Amino acid sequence: MSDANGRHSSIEETRVLLRHAEDPKMATLEGYRSYGGYKVLEKALKEIDPEWIVNELEESGLRGRGGAGFSMGKKVSFLPRTEDAKYLCCNADESEPGAFKDRELMQRNPHQLIEGMIISSFAAGIGHAFIFIRGEYDDQADILDRAVDEAYEAGYLGRNILGSGFDLEMVVHRGAGAYICGEETALLDALEGKRGNPRLKPPFPAVQGLYGGPTLINNVETLSNVSHIVANGADWFKSFGTEQSPGTKVVSVSGCVKRPGNYEVELGVSLRDLIYGLAGGPLDGREITAFYPGGSSSPVLTPAEMDLPYSFEAMAEAGSMLGSGSIIVADDSVSIPRMALRTAKFYRHESCGKCTPCREGTNWTEKMLQRVCAGEATPMDLDIISSVQDNIMGHCLCVLGDAMAMPVSSMVHKFRDEFEATIAEEAAKAWASPGRDVQDGEDPGPGGESPELIRRERLAGREVTTGGGS
Amino acid sequence: MTPVMPSDFDPRNAEPEDFTSPGLPKDVANTSGRLPLGDPEQIPDPANVDVPTDLREEIQTVVDKYPDRDHKGSPKSAAIPVLWVIQRRYGWCTPEGIVQAATVMQVTPAYLESVASFYDLLRTSPQGDHQVLVCTNIACWMRGGDELLDAFCEKTGADREAAGHGGGLSADGKVLVSGFECLGACDLAPMASVNERYFGPLENADASTIVDQLEAGEEVLPEKSLDRRGLAGGVAESSDPRVVDGKGPNR
Ligand SMILES: Cc1cc2nc3c(=O)[nH]c(=O)nc-3n(C[C@H](O)[C@H](O)[C@H](O)COP(=O)(O)O)c2cc1C
Ligand code: SF4
Ligand code: FES
Repeated sequence: MSDANGRHSSIEETRVLLRHAEDPKMATLEGYRSYGGYKVLEKALKEIDPEWIVNELEESGLRGRGGAGFSMGKKVSFLPRTEDAKYLCCNADESEPGAFKDRELMQRNPHQLIEGMIISSFAAGIGHAFIFIRGEYDDQADILDRAVDEAYEAGYLGRNILGSGFDLEMVVHRGAGAYICGEETALLDALEGKRGNPRLKPPFPAVQGLYGGPTLINNVETLSNVSHIVANGADWFKSFGTEQSPGTKVVSVSGCVKRPGNYEVELGVSLRDLIYGLAGGPLDGREITAFYPGGSSSPVLTPAEMDLPYSFEAMAEAGSMLGSGSIIVADDSVSIPRMALRTAKFYRHESCGKCTPCREGTNWTEKMLQRVCAGEATPMDLDIISSVQDNIMGHCLCVLGDAMAMPVSSMVHKFRDEFEATIAEEAAKAWASPGRDVQDGEDPGPGGESPELIRRERLAGREVTTGGGS
Repeated sequence: MTPVMPSDFDPRNAEPEDFTSPGLPKDVANTSGRLPLGDPEQIPDPANVDVPTDLREEIQTVVDKYPDRDHKGSPKSAAIPVLWVIQRRYGWCTPEGIVQAATVMQVTPAYLESVASFYDLLRTSPQGDHQVLVCTNIACWMRGGDELLDAFCEKTGADREAAGHGGGLSADGKVLVSGFECLGACDLAPMASVNERYFGPLENADASTIVDQLEAGEEVLPEKSLDRRGLAGGVAESSDPRVVDGKGPNR
């Protein structure tokens, strides 16, 4: 089918969270209410038992949308049913390269998130809620601030909400630019006014989190789903998506595609429908060579895997992950070794430095990839890069180290030929470039193979023919 | 960005000028650079520090928003938002501003300094009147982010090397140009954040237009601003009968 803009796609979006999102009114309390907003909160506070809500969330199978995909309802049920001060933190740090869905959800429909947070807090007996938003999202933070003010004025927040006796305070907390604060325990430290360093787990935040109290931490999209599940029931929610990945997902597609953007689909649609159908496929004259299916920390997949369903389980089976649901597409104009270098550089910059494998590993990986891209490495170095990644994985306090190791090792593994070709090409370029120091007795080239190149080729176990062109 | 000090540098006998890097403008908060005011490890005595009343009230309002306001000892949750207040007021986290904030919050200046230095957006050296953050992360890099950063440096005269490592100031010190990690707007790639608003996709020539507009005090490229952008999929009315407004059994 094709729409008025001549767009062809074999699938339609299934907009639940982004429904009416194109209407600017949706960002205001009045607009949100005109589409039925806050009705389920009103009903929940008066008539629904908190235990029923916890149960329904668990029953719905809603999985966290921030990266790990853990059951939201289970997490709520882990909070102790005591009178202690408990906290809810909405993770709106969204700093993983490739992810931009929370930005859209907060900008276009802030009240959907706030309503979800109030209902979750009510269900878990939480009295203080925070939205931790990355500092770069200044516009969105202002929108949330206004929406929270509106909710206070309307009596949905504050003391004795709608006469129910339930109290909830909500604060929008702006971060200040550090990817690591998206990690849940680093986020708690940042909220307590410290440098954002991850904490050792256990104890898990559900037991001992913010100010030492039990704390629920969920992603923006996860919490935005809550009011819909409570309104329509777990069975309704399960009617979307697959058995192990129920619901819809806002997927951020970016990179080398014609129509990058956020698309809301049922989990389990094919990657092809997402990348070619909705996002328009590669740019004219280009071919897709690789893509990250779940943000920059997911191992890359290749076009051979294009027909897989986009679900938590299918991505895991393919050796990757759905993560935050962000697809970055690379085409044949993109050098995979340089993409690996960009990826490593990011994690090196964002490593908090607390554990050695991550701090040193990200640093060394970046340096070695730089050498690959400058033609100074040998193919053997590629094995060393892979072994460095193996030594990072599973050896760190948080998973930031793994988040670099997984994609980098997948690229070296799946595109080894390209890495070797880059080394050879760059070495040849350096060899042919004027100004190179010609050692005594060395063939000045170009035309002949450089001794270094020959050495590398031999190391890689390949036949070397000398005397040919470069 | 932070001035590089020789290792034998002793701040106690230095002149205020020694603290500013050559070419950096004098700070709007009339600061003497990184000169520590008093002992950074002591909680400042309110009697000795002059804090403007409106600033004191603003900081107190922020502190009062957090549940740890009644904790024993000093409430620290407000550290980041209070540093934002200081940065908005003085242009960057000036030493004076940090001491003022520490006085109201009753924490040590060293503590706030340690927090400020951890976060990329809190600046502990002057950052000009306008900030341009150019994303050079994966998606933007694929679509020309590095070249866009080059174009901004060329236009402003900011040092490309500095811009790639935390930020460089334009020749006149008014515009900070900084390469940045993913800003969460890969759909706009290549994109930049200009004074905390997002613009994209940008062409290299837009760099020049943006800088001219900033200098003339005009609105920056309205047609490329994120808040004018619709959803990628356009207005899509779903034909799915399961998706309804406000009609759920529990509504
Ligand atoms: C380095 C790192 C960065 C993360 N960044 C984010 C983020 O920006 N947003 C997010 O929701 N979760 C992020 N996470 C995942 C969180 O730790 C946590 O699992 C998540 O917020 C839980 O919410 P969910 O169950 O709703 O997904 C990050 C994790 C790590 C290790
Ligand atoms: S894995 Fe890296 S980011 Fe995480 S705690 Fe260790 S050093 Fe810090
Ligand atoms: S990569 Fe540039 S905004 Fe994400």
